[in-house]
Amino acid sequence: MDQSQIEFRNVSFRYQEDMPWVLRNVSFTIGADEWVAIIGHNGSGKSTIAKLMNGLLFPQEGKILVDGEEVTQDTLWEIRKRVGMVFQNPDNQFVGTTVRDDVAFGMENHGMPREVMIKRIKESLNAVGMTEFERHEPHRLSGGQKQRVAIASVLAVSPRYIILDEATAMLDPKGRKEILKTIRTVQEERELSLITITHDLQEVTQAERVIVMNGGEVWMESTPRDIFSKKDSLIEIGLDTPFVSKLADHMKDAGLELSREPLNHQELLEELWTSRSIK
Amino acid sequence: MSSSLIIGQYVPGNSVIHRIDPRSKIAIIFFYVVIVFFANSVMSYGVLALFAIGASLISKVPFPYLMKGLKPVWFLVLFTFILHLIVTKQGDVLISILGWEIYREGVVQGAAISLRFFLLILVTSLLTLTTTPIEITDAIEELLGPLKKVRFPVHELALMMSISLRFIPTLMQETEKISKAQASRGVDFRTGAFKDRVRAVIPLLVPLFVSAFKRAEDLAMAMEARGYQGGEGRTKLRELTISRRDIAAYIVFAGIVTALFLTRS
Repeated sequence: MDQSQIEFRNVSFRYQEDMPWVLRNVSFTIGADEWVAIIGHNGSGKSTIAKLMNGLLFPQEGKILVDGEEVTQDTLWEIRKRVGMVFQNPDNQFVGTTVRDDVAFGMENHGMPREVMIKRIKESLNAVGMTEFERHEPHRLSGGQKQRVAIASVLAVSPRYIILDEATAMLDPKGRKEILKTIRTVQEERELSLITITHDLQEVTQAERVIVMNGGEVWMESTPRDIFSKKDSLIEIGLDTPFVSKLADHMKDAGLELSREPLNHQELLEELWTSRSIK
Repeated sequence: MSSSLIIGQYVPGNSVIHRIDPRSKIAIIFFYVVIVFFANSVMSYGVLALFAIGASLISKVPFPYLMKGLKPVWFLVLFTFILHLIVTKQGDVLISILGWEIYREGVVQGAAISLRFFLLILVTSLLTLTTTPIEITDAIEELLGPLKKVRFPVHELALMMSISLRFIPTLMQETEKISKAQASRGVDFRTGAFKDRVRAVIPLLVPLFVSAFKRAEDLAMAMEARGYQGGEGRTKLRELTISRRDIAAYIVFAGIVTALFLTRS
């Protein structure tokens, strides 16, 4: 199959027969080299989406296609090679006794030859800026560093898609910044799609597209700019908006004219010093 | 939490003993444990002691560390020695204390058994002092390899050991955190009767177990997401190689075995 994309086709999912649906008739597509953020408040079904993409769970209804291939028990191992996943807790996904053992873990599972492993450990640690920590044990690393190792471990298998399932949620602001910087450079340097499932608004503004989940359904699908311009309805479904976005609102209320919804400090600054100039 | 936390007794170093393949070390020590029981003359004990002490010196492991391994068994060594003094009644009477007669054979036997104990413990603790736990795990996986044929879960056992090693520091940090949290709520771990102190451990253990189970669940999912499907078709990054050092070690050991049998009476 030549189409490289993840497609959800009318997917519905619930954990048990007598439990309410977690996902209801969800359909969307994630294309090649795209950065998509999936947001939603707790219980909106966003983490379930991640687990479905990687075959950790299977839907009761509908289909999930990865590069045109349906995710089933038979295609599972091939698909896990293509869809890498980084979880929330930095400690609970570190399998190896040292950084290099952990990066190797996924490759060992896929039966890669040792020489390839050694080469790829170097490359992927370099990509996340953790080269000098190759021999370190996990308890000597910070949370952010452990998450960078987790990203390196996923990269080593060279997947086409990386899912970050609230990968920054347990980190301090510094660690969060580290991870965002890392995934940005990784996405620029390699051909892969990023799917970030998140609460962090900074992460959302960097995505190209945002899927907003609410009550197990796709509530909205649009660009970050478009979504943050609909603040009132976002707040209605229990989501927050970024500080810059709120500030821009207050400015508008105070009579300032802004030509577009600013996503970060830089853009707001740009708006401000050009707002009264001749266009 | 200190960054220099060492799991097990491993003393980092770069001596020949450190660099010998862990499989060779385990094999040699296994046979050493066997041949210790063949020694029966002063000379043959001397040969065995020469090997153990020589290896300890080459390893450059500081003396106090070597002694630490002996600490828990000193009592046992002493006890067997005294037992032999009292029980064995052969040979000439050396001295008699308060009506108790101590025989020559008793002293000889007691000394021999104590020396055996001492040598065994010295050599086995030398293994754990110069080999990282993960190396030992790898070696055990390799050495038990043949048991796979009889469906013994060798890979699973080794994985279990290495994951436990990986999580010891994590769980220790967690224990510290929980004990501080509970102490701040008024749990007293240090004072009071023994019974009370044991009871105080319960609010420490329960959260620790709950979190350990949660971690296990998360880890299992993360492993599965990274394509883990058992030992079948798996390759390994860590590799054990037999080098010239190992061959040299085997030759030295063969020399010791020969010398032992020559000096036996």
